[in-house]
Amino acid sequence: MSALVQYLISGIATGCAFALVATGFVTIHRVTGVVNFAQGGFAILAGYVTFSALRAGLPHGVSELLAVLLATATGGLVGVISIGRRGTPLLASLIITIGLGFLFYAVEVAIWGDQPLQFEGVPGVFGLAGLTLQRQYVLIVAGAGVSFAALLLFFNRTYLGKIFTACASNAYAARLAGINVTRVGIAAFALGGLLGGLAGVLLLPLRSLTFDSDVDLAVNGFAAAIFGGLQRPGAALVGGLVIGVAEALVAGYSHASYQKGVSLVLIVGILVWQASRRPQAD
Amino acid sequence: MAEALLEVRGLTVRYGAAVALADVSLQVARGEMVALVGPNGAGKTTLLNAISGVIRPMAGRILLSGRVTQVPEGRQLFADMSVEDNLRIGAWSVRQRDPAAVYELLPRLRELRGRIAGTLSGGEQQMVAVGRALMSTPDLLAIDELSLGLAPLVVDSLAQHLRSLNRERATAILLVEQNVRLALELCPRAYVLEAGRIVLSGSAEELASSAAVQAAYLGGAPEPVPAVASGSEDAEA
Ligand SMILES: Nc1ncnc2c1ncn2[C@@H]1O[C@H](COP(=O)(O)OP(=O)(O)O)[C@@H](O)[C@H]1O
Ligand SMILES: [Mg+2]
Repeated sequence: MSALVQYLISGIATGCAFALVATGFVTIHRVTGVVNFAQGGFAILAGYVTFSALRAGLPHGVSELLAVLLATATGGLVGVISIGRRGTPLLASLIITIGLGFLFYAVEVAIWGDQPLQFEGVPGVFGLAGLTLQRQYVLIVAGAGVSFAALLLFFNRTYLGKIFTACASNAYAARLAGINVTRVGIAAFALGGLLGGLAGVLLLPLRSLTFDSDVDLAVNGFAAAIFGGLQRPGAALVGGLVIGVAEALVAGYSHASYQKGVSLVLIVGILVWQASRRPQAD
Repeated sequence: MAEALLEVRGLTVRYGAAVALADVSLQVARGEMVALVGPNGAGKTTLLNAISGVIRPMAGRILLSGRVTQVPEGRQLFADMSVEDNLRIGAWSVRQRDPAAVYELLPRLRELRGRIAGTLSGGEQQMVAVGRALMSTPDLLAIDELSLGLAPLVVDSLAQHLRSLNRERATAILLVEQNVRLALELCPRAYVLEAGRIVLSGSAEELASSAAVQAAYLGGAPEPVPAVASGSEDAEA
């Protein structure tokens, strides 16, 4: 019983991070139509930057902030390169993001090497109903919660957020209203970088940091994102939590190596289910 | 003619190899109402898009001495957003984002302000589309297919609104319209575009009485207009 609660809590925390990555996918895809294959890379980059900033003696908070800002800027840069030229075909943009993802690898290996690194999050554990839990879990859930609330406010309550939604809803009409849809798309990439960076600084202290660990984050985040057809941030949050908890349960009750299969099985299942519904939906 | 608000000179637009507009010239004066008619695929939407700056011409010039805003074909509303949000997004390029002035002109929109745009009737949606375009306080309103898919009564009321907009605020209107009878009734001057070229232009009376226009557009009008004072209804072409 107490093991179950333990799994649930760690699953929810991991799921929150997946949900942040997923929301990055959704934010970018809604406005630009591009599936950003570099999305997991933002998180890893933020992890490495936090590692180095802490090493350099910067305090917690400042280090993470720096990392998230850099991930945001990197997101914007990926946007400029992949969609900045008007008339770039969607498939070309998507392939550019794959290429940039590999460029991240090269840069990261050159700077930080290819051996696993580790950086500290919130140290220590706390007791809850007879369980011992890592404090970092609380930080992840709180950080993700605040981020989602802020995102909700941004999209539903601010003029700029509504401009994002308008571009997603009807790019032609947005253009006729004088909105530079390409620029909004680049801003969406920056927001995707921010969300990926947040996931990285929150989750990665619990994992070891290697250049290619973005794959795991990206696959889980993508699986969460397609819960809502890559369109709905709310569904991505639910998707992230489902996957996080499912993986924690699978790892806890069977074997840790099976946990990677969870999201892949979910991706295939959801895609097949969505494809089978499409004829009626159209 | 009065001061030109819009002047299009020798405009050519291609989609790949296909020529959509060939050497098109057209003018709209400040405060004028001008109709642009022609069959499907003639290039009317292409012309409006070039004027709006969303597509680039291969050759020719578009001279504008004011702001132009387009009401796009098929309304193109932000379907999941409220009417008021649709309006406010229309004001992106100007500082004033309060829809009060548009509500004054189209009072029905004030009643609909909280409704989700995609759930409205076709006529209401067209009114939102017009209102959204007006939010940018254009000097020229370019309307693509005002009456498309709307009931005659609804079209009449929209036409009245355009008349009073033109009269009270001196907003010029370039009206693309399949219903040529309506277009010539509303606009004192018109152009006929066919296969990417302007084939006729002149005053509404001139065009309405021209044999070519009668045969192609008025005789074979899709919906018979009841009791219009006109004897010749030879729809043999
Ligand atoms: N995006 C496009 N790509 C290729 N051809 C197009 C495109 N848009 C319009 N066309 C073609 O250009 C011609 C003019 O189209 P359009 O301007 O939409 O005409 P209209 O509005 O008068 O019906 C048509 O032959 C149409 O098929
Ligand atoms: Mg058209």
